[in-house]
Amino acid sequence: MTLILYKCSNHKPMERAKAIATIGSPSNKSGLIQQLQEEVFALQRFRKPKSEVSDLGLGPIAKAFPESTFPTGAVHEFISYQTPNAAATSGFMIALAGRLMQQHGSCLWISTRRTLYPPSLKQYGIDAARVICIDLAKQKDVLWAVEEALKCQSLTLVIGELSEISFNDSRRLQLAVEQSNVTGLLHRYNPRSENTLACAARWKIASLASDHPTLPGVGFSRWHVELSKVRNGRPSAWDIEWSKQGFQHLSPQEVATEIQTRKTA
Amino acid sequence: MSKRFVSIWFRHLTTDWLTRRRPELKDVPFVFAAPERGRMVVKAVNPIAAASGISTGMVVADGRAILPSLQVFDDQHGKDITLLTALAEWCIRYTPIAAIDPPDGLILDASGCTHLWEGEVPYLKDLLGRLKAFGYTVRPGMADTVGCAWAIARYGHLNPVIEPGGQVEALKLLPPAALRLDTATTDRLEKLGLTEIGKFMTMPRSALRRRFGQTLLSQLDKALGQEIEMLTPVKPIEAFLERLPSLEPVRTATAIEYALRELLDKLCKRLTAEEKGLRKAVFKCYRIDNIIQSIDIGTARASRNAAHLFKLFEIKIGQIMPALGIELFVLEAPVVEPLSSNQEAIWNFSYNRQKELAELLDRIAVKVGMHTIHRYLPDEHHWPERSYKEAKSLEEEATTTWQSELPRPVHLLRDPELIDVTVAMPDYPPILFKHKGNLHRIKKADGPERIEQEWWIEQGLYRDYYCVEDEKGARYWVFRLGHYRSHEPKWFIHGFFA
Repeated sequence: MTLILYKCSNHKPMERAKAIATIGSPSNKSGLIQQLQEEVFALQRFRKPKSEVSDLGLGPIAKAFPESTFPTGAVHEFISYQTPNAAATSGFMIALAGRLMQQHGSCLWISTRRTLYPPSLKQYGIDAARVICIDLAKQKDVLWAVEEALKCQSLTLVIGELSEISFNDSRRLQLAVEQSNVTGLLHRYNPRSENTLACAARWKIASLASDHPTLPGVGFSRWHVELSKVRNGRPSAWDIEWSKQGFQHLSPQEVATEIQTRKTA
Repeated sequence: MSKRFVSIWFRHLTTDWLTRRRPELKDVPFVFAAPERGRMVVKAVNPIAAASGISTGMVVADGRAILPSLQVFDDQHGKDITLLTALAEWCIRYTPIAAIDPPDGLILDASGCTHLWEGEVPYLKDLLGRLKAFGYTVRPGMADTVGCAWAIARYGHLNPVIEPGGQVEALKLLPPAALRLDTATTDRLEKLGLTEIGKFMTMPRSALRRRFGQTLLSQLDKALGQEIEMLTPVKPIEAFLERLPSLEPVRTATAIEYALRELLDKLCKRLTAEEKGLRKAVFKCYRIDNIIQSIDIGTARASRNAAHLFKLFEIKIGQIMPALGIELFVLEAPVVEPLSSNQEAIWNFSYNRQKELAELLDRIAVKVGMHTIHRYLPDEHHWPERSYKEAKSLEEEATTTWQSELPRPVHLLRDPELIDVTVAMPDYPPILFKHKGNLHRIKKADGPERIEQEWWIEQGLYRDYYCVEDEKGARYWVFRLGHYRSHEPKWFIHGFFA
């Protein structure tokens, strides 16, 4: 608490005086903490997402994020290792994209070896005509294109498939989205190391076996969603299912396993 | 400064053109003919046919009676105008103002041009020499007025060049037809014995007006220079081109950027004035060692945004090698399209969104090439590889809707990969399959979904698709090619479900 106070006071001396004056009374305490929290968010360049797209139907997953809202206008990182998991990750990303783009948005899909099948996008509520695919030869070009695209305010979403990215490069992407408020999803397939990036969250998606005792056949897509890093949030894991109605949670009490909370201040 | 006009008469314009195209017709009598009231009537005659007595307006059958070896070609309507226009554009090297004079002549305003050829006679000689070298039969006339030059070209006898102020002398002995009159007037003049212009030139104007109308007087005035005659010069289409010479040879990148900005501003201003946008632009740098360095850009949609175009060029500026220095910059837009400014205003919001996106794609296209950008639309095929097609532009709309009833994999392999399977019974999904050395045991399966090969596009066997799930929950799209009847069918993996 004192540390936060100190940091804030460095920034705004008036706030500090106000905080010290009001800290005595317990009724003001929660209000004060909220106020300080907002200031910390401001310092950490976290912004409240726009209200129109705040509810992505993520349910409990959204609670892992600060303010219980999925951060748009930020870069998210997805890591996958095997082809089936890469497909599951793509599926989850497309499902998210469908919710983010809604009716009018457009999306850029930048990759080097794209295996995306455009007709499959319809299942996730996306008209593939609104997705522009850019197939590049080099990872370096992908990084450049993602950065340029993230600066373009008329896009809703940029999906980049690149395995290696350095911390500095991710900072550049973060600076780009702060200006434009575009959401970026990076899919890192088979990265050499899980190095730290300046991203809002790190996701890992794995496919789950369909487990219906009575019904035959393959059911809805099921994923094990692991949020292994969240800025200012609580990392956790869930099992979800994707149906036409959207994300459905599978017995959250049993599955959700709280991973240790990171201290962010 | 007194005006000087040149009139050029092409006696056999279209036939000369055909002889030029087909040299083998040089010694052959031929005519152009077109149907008129159910007969083929001669429209143009070449010199050899004319020498045999065939003239325009004659029926082709009569012409054939005179000269059985006469060749007849179909007359192309409007050909003379196109030829004259092309010739007039060519003549712009002799004067900035060149006009066509249908059906068979050109008029050039040679005022102030002839001294470049050191006189009027060398000027005409050079002009005619070149036209004759093309193969045209030409007769010139040069005078202070268009009317007089026209008359000298067609009816003059000796000297084609009339000295300044010599129209009266020159016209005196010419027939009335030299005044560009209609046949009714000329007939009436001839009937009255007025066979030379000199005979009625000095008559009282009121008497002439009463008998022959205002036209005769007006044509006479034009020929004598008492009435001004306007020309409609042919204008070549002005290219979207801007030049910027530099005082000293330029070598630095900053200077090149500055020149480019200047040129783009000028060009975009002109594009705005003409409601156009460019699709392609070429920036050329003329080096002092006579080598031209050029960079070019293309845009996804017509644009006249100088800042955006500069950004596109900026990526390529590094390719210019100034060496000893650049002395001239030229910016040209070879491809332009109409771009209305009203559209911008009315559809501001969506237009700006589209514009921004198009500009982003331009930047990507300039850096890595247009072929890397794809956008897909649904196509009416069930065969998975053909169920979508590439959109040609950013605006192209889908003609059909995407299918969503049947599950389709998120990842599709470009070429299906062969797998080893174990199947319990024909037409059942496999129990296990081996792909890239990994064994997958199948727990659940959906299918089959049979997709027939479209025989009108390609011959081949049908595919029976199964959506299968292994013990880890990974889902695959596998298919069997053909049936079990005659041979062991092959199994392939084609995609991965999310």
